[in-house]
Amino acid sequence: MARLKSILFSWEGFLLAILVVTIVINASLSPAFLTVNNQINLFQLSIEKIIVALIMTLIIISGEIDLSVASVMGLAACTFGWLFQLGVPAPAACLIVLVLGLACGAFNAFWITRVGIPSLVVTLAMLIGYRGLARVLVEDRGIGGFPAWFNALGQQPLIGPFPFAMLVFVVLFAILLFVLQFSAFGRKVYVIGNNRDVAAFSGVDVNRVKATLFIASGLISAIAGLLYAARVGAIRGDMASGFELDIITIVLLGGVSIFGGKGSLFGTLLSILIVLNIRNGMALSNITGHIQTGVIGILLIASVLVPNMKAYLGKYLAPAKPQPE
Amino acid sequence: MLGLLDRVSPQVLRIGALVAVILLILAFFGTQIDNYYDPRLFVRISTSVAIMALIAVGQALVVITRNIDLSVGSVVGFTAYATGNLVIAHPDLNPLFVVLYAILVGAGFGVVNGVLVAYAKIPSIIVTLGTLALYRTLLVDYSGAKSITTGDLPAWIVELPRINLFSIGGIDIRVTFAVAVLVVIVAHLALTRLRVGRMFYAVGSNPDAAVMAGINSARVIFTAFLISGALAGLAGFMFLSRFGNITVVAGLGFELKSVAAVVVGGVNIFGGSGTVIGTLLGAILVDLLETSLVRWQLVSEFWREAVLGFLILLSVAADTILMRKLLDFRQKRARAEAKAGAEATASRQAAE
Repeated sequence: MARLKSILFSWEGFLLAILVVTIVINASLSPAFLTVNNQINLFQLSIEKIIVALIMTLIIISGEIDLSVASVMGLAACTFGWLFQLGVPAPAACLIVLVLGLACGAFNAFWITRVGIPSLVVTLAMLIGYRGLARVLVEDRGIGGFPAWFNALGQQPLIGPFPFAMLVFVVLFAILLFVLQFSAFGRKVYVIGNNRDVAAFSGVDVNRVKATLFIASGLISAIAGLLYAARVGAIRGDMASGFELDIITIVLLGGVSIFGGKGSLFGTLLSILIVLNIRNGMALSNITGHIQTGVIGILLIASVLVPNMKAYLGKYLAPAKPQPE
Repeated sequence: MLGLLDRVSPQVLRIGALVAVILLILAFFGTQIDNYYDPRLFVRISTSVAIMALIAVGQALVVITRNIDLSVGSVVGFTAYATGNLVIAHPDLNPLFVVLYAILVGAGFGVVNGVLVAYAKIPSIIVTLGTLALYRTLLVDYSGAKSITTGDLPAWIVELPRINLFSIGGIDIRVTFAVAVLVVIVAHLALTRLRVGRMFYAVGSNPDAAVMAGINSARVIFTAFLISGALAGLAGFMFLSRFGNITVVAGLGFELKSVAAVVVGGVNIFGGSGTVIGTLLGAILVDLLETSLVRWQLVSEFWREAVLGFLILLSVAADTILMRKLLDFRQKRARAEAKAGAEATASRQAAE
């Protein structure tokens, strides 16, 4: 009973309640909502952001932030298009792009861990830098005409009704869930996020853990960039710009503390489902994209405001505890 | 020389370093670009710095209190549109009233941020990430996705950026630039000379200690967001008069540029230290780089952004490494002096 109560009153419980409410509202708006195809469609349309949100969860739990993810996505997609246009076979181009993603992550990690510049500053500069490189590669052209199998990765169902990108999401979720919740590395991530100095004094190699996270973030952003190029079937220099805010919003709404040390991948998963459902519900009621973005913004603020108000009110409303004799 | 190094505070040193870097950039591009040292370069940079400096000063105040304001770009966009809308509807309004209107609209947005951060205790990065989206949505809704064009605006507002206050040997000092410099000076004096200014640093360097010292830290943080909003509002007015054409994307990305100016200007992103003079120099540095790269033949327009990003990173890295070396050096000297002193005392005692 106590356990049930603790789940119900946890952040995840709160998110679950919101999710149920949004699903009920959406289902009443349109009978098409609760079909498998609509749900898969929802996922597929934002799959790139969702994949990056998973690794961003780990980075924010460790007390850091990566603002360059969307630019790495854009750079990855543009590098693929550029190589493809040069005549490099698509599989080889994909491989090069993955290495490039690792390199971008390692570059960020170098300045953060070796030079000691805050990750907010490094990745902010690289948000501009990597985006610039993407523009250098494709200038103001759009590049398309990728092989059919490549486009199919982003567009066609692969297993049953599920597209390839969804498979990537499930595999990545499983791997990161294991790493964060069940491995020594995951515990180190939480410890560093809670108190970096304590972590260092208890023998955690703080820099190595952080470097690993940023390199993984580069790689996963590159994968997301490739998936985006495959889904859209063409690339442009400004691809995925601004995605970093959506991704961070999803993670924070999922209950990950911006100060580090708190949060879980389940929270992020619930938050993903809520954001997707709200956007879908508003689309069903013909509400435009900009208003949707505003509503997500309000939701983000409310997600922290509500528990704060609860704690504040609780202080005044709680019945006085009986004093021990 | 070493004595001087010991006496100069890190902040002053940093400002000196920034000036040196700006001079180096000027010298470098002077060799690369024909007719680089033209008075027009100054005019071009000063008119665009006038807008960014205002936003960056507000951002600096917020960052000094250990917060961040990511909503400034949306505030600039909204006030630019709202102010334009006002003067189109009432072309005979007193210009002072129009400016005041822009400042008040911006301040209103700042109040919302301030209340949520300072009193509802929501982390500023979450609040302003939310209001970044929210204020932009309000703009889209308010404008109905229509834009303002230069032709609709009264003449005085369009001509404002070209009005000269005075000239020094061919270099024109525009009114808008003078206003921005005035704001920087006032903010600098308030931060360094007034008791209330010291509170900003106190709250930023250790919020708990500040509260124990009897500082109303919520009010200080609220004030920082209020000023940041008001300055973004003023910047919105200048944006309107400079560009004339205002669409729903006006001011997009200004939040990141202002954070870059603040960080390059030596304000600690974790609060507690930094100056607005440094911030102004940071804004000038970023703008100078952008403007010079535009004219550099060697670098195509597509390279501009990439080079800018890497240069911002390099300038922060150089600053970080230099400051660390300097502090290490001072500590070592202090330790060596203490040791020499102790040895001298010991030998004296031995002699007695």
